[in-house]
Amino acid sequence: MTSNILEARNVTKTFGGLVAVNDVTLTVEKGRIVSVIGPNGAGKTTFFNILTGIYKPDKGTVIFDGTSIAGNRPDIIAALGMRRTFQNIRLFDNMTVLENVLVGMHTHLHAPFWQIVTRAAGVRREEARARQKARELLAYVGLDEKRDDLAKNLPYGDQRRLEIARALAGQPKLILLDEPTAGMNPHETDAATELIRRLRDELGLTVVLIEHDMRLVMAISERITVLDYGTKIAEGDAAAIRSNPRVIEAYLGKGAAGAAA
Amino acid sequence: MARVASLQNIRMTPTAQSARLWEQLRTYLGRGSGAYAFFGLYAAICTWQLFTNPRTSLRTDIFFVLFLLLVFMVYRSATPLWFRGGLTAVLLVVVMPIFGTLNPFYIDVATQAGIFVALALGLNVVVGFAGLLDLGYVAFFAVGAYLWAILSTPQITQINPAWSPVPPIMFYPFVVLGLVIGAVFGILLGLPVLRLRGDYLAIVTLGFGEVIRVLANNLDRPINITNGSQGIREIERPPLILTNFIRETLGWNLSDSQLYQQFFYFVVLLIVIFTVVVVSRLKNSRIGRAWEAIREDETAAVAQGIPRVRMKLMAFAVGASFAGAMGVVFASKQLFINPPTFDLLRSINILAMVILGGMGSIPGSILGAVIVTLLDLQILPRMATVLRDAQRAGVPIPAAFDPTQYQRLLFGILLVLMMIFRPQGILPDERRSEELHAGDEPPSEEEAPPAARAAAESS
Repeated sequence: MTSNILEARNVTKTFGGLVAVNDVTLTVEKGRIVSVIGPNGAGKTTFFNILTGIYKPDKGTVIFDGTSIAGNRPDIIAALGMRRTFQNIRLFDNMTVLENVLVGMHTHLHAPFWQIVTRAAGVRREEARARQKARELLAYVGLDEKRDDLAKNLPYGDQRRLEIARALAGQPKLILLDEPTAGMNPHETDAATELIRRLRDELGLTVVLIEHDMRLVMAISERITVLDYGTKIAEGDAAAIRSNPRVIEAYLGKGAAGAAA
Repeated sequence: MARVASLQNIRMTPTAQSARLWEQLRTYLGRGSGAYAFFGLYAAICTWQLFTNPRTSLRTDIFFVLFLLLVFMVYRSATPLWFRGGLTAVLLVVVMPIFGTLNPFYIDVATQAGIFVALALGLNVVVGFAGLLDLGYVAFFAVGAYLWAILSTPQITQINPAWSPVPPIMFYPFVVLGLVIGAVFGILLGLPVLRLRGDYLAIVTLGFGEVIRVLANNLDRPINITNGSQGIREIERPPLILTNFIRETLGWNLSDSQLYQQFFYFVVLLIVIFTVVVVSRLKNSRIGRAWEAIREDETAAVAQGIPRVRMKLMAFAVGASFAGAMGVVFASKQLFINPPTFDLLRSINILAMVILGGMGSIPGSILGAVIVTLLDLQILPRMATVLRDAQRAGVPIPAAFDPTQYQRLLFGILLVLMMIFRPQGILPDERRSEELHAGDEPPSEEEAPPAARAAAESS
């Protein structure tokens, strides 16, 4: 009916007395690049964790691609086509780069136990296809030459890219990127920005990202949602957010908001 | 380029240097005509020595260890498949059984080693692949053993006088049944511990292992199921096969007990081959990768769509199934089992095999199992005899010093030394041995210098 791939409505999550996410609504249209920003501790990552099923929301609904997913198990949500990266990179350190991507394909490999044990022809074909696909993905993010390195031996920027390649391996409809450029230098950030743009333009993905780098956020987001203390305080395009007094207040304090106005 | 390489040598730790030397030796002996000559000669000398001096002695012990080492080296060498497979087959299917007819002790050691190879491979699935520390693994072995022991002997009439023991020929389907029952018990253990990790998981599995042993010890009342601490005697062996062929057609006059030794040796060998095939196929599949992903980072694994519960239970079931099947064989081979056979120490021994060989590594688990079994059954007792002989010959060793009492101490020291000097195990998983090289790189973790990388690749 609608062209919204994701509709999170009135999502609330508390930890003890702390309201981490308070009545947040976020709708994302198919094929958009959307950013969620906010000061540290605003609840952005918690919100991602609710979307991907790591946390159960106390209240609210999440509809992904027409299916209600709030409170579902994370692996089921991932299998539906929502994949993510993590703020503090979480690769499978002692597996190779290629294997990391192959793990990302798990939901698309169906070889049953008995066929694996008997190494049926179908299994070998599926495995060969998966490897081929994984290498294509690695080439896409520029890591194919490093496919046999252990993930933990990659330089930082490559690890970020590998995480994205692993997420892409699940052929997602929606990809959530949690601070994809954290800790990168300006040059690496530019490369990452370019990659994110390509995900949408070439692969037709919908991208939601959490980001602190305002240059990147303003450059590629079509819509920005601002969280502060778990509450949504603003939503709009880059220009609107830039001049929104509540956003300026959240980031710079009350005096600054007055000065800007 | 040579200069870069020499610079690298200086930076390398002694461990890395010896690893490099080992690597060079392996490449030299593992390929080409050098390998054929080396392995051929080695095999010939070993076979000749074993056949001409089969009497149990220090000398035969040494050649027997060298023989097993040879089998392992051939299996791991980079020679063509026909050579590797052919020579391994000749050594295991021809040389070993013939030697076994000359000296029953050694084929029994080989059979025991094989039993523990299968157990270590099974535990390696749980601990090495999926990263679930299981300290009660021997419970599954016990379940398989008691399954056959109770159902094949008059013990079953104690449960219900109307029931009668299954005929010995049922041994074969029971090996398969052991596989299934092992898997079922694996899942039974897996269910309550799904949410536990690390130390907590270890404690609960340890408890599970003890529960099974204590059950076996106490289930003689009110209904006598396991015959309690007295254990079960006269467990049935399957009827011998091919006896006429061997005795009349081949003209080998072997006694029944010799034939049984041969029989169990081959049964164990078959199960070991089956286990190796199954485990290595699983390892390089979506299932094996999912296990390793769970071991590395459970949250990230689940975020890739891996069903955590399913995969963990599958690891427990697969690991336990080999122990269940081997339990049936073990009970039948030993003729007698009792609860202390399956105590905590046995679980720890199997875990030591996996750790010693290298967690997550299939050849490592095989080697670890063989080494620990040899130490236990052969090398340490032999050292004890040698010491006692020296004592008798007048070497001033205090009379109160009984070397046989120190076996476990020696074993412990070995393990400690191992953990200090080679914590990753003797033959770590190939991927993980790269970790070692990573540690040798200069401290800058980011951006390893391309020159060093190139040198490492070209050397």
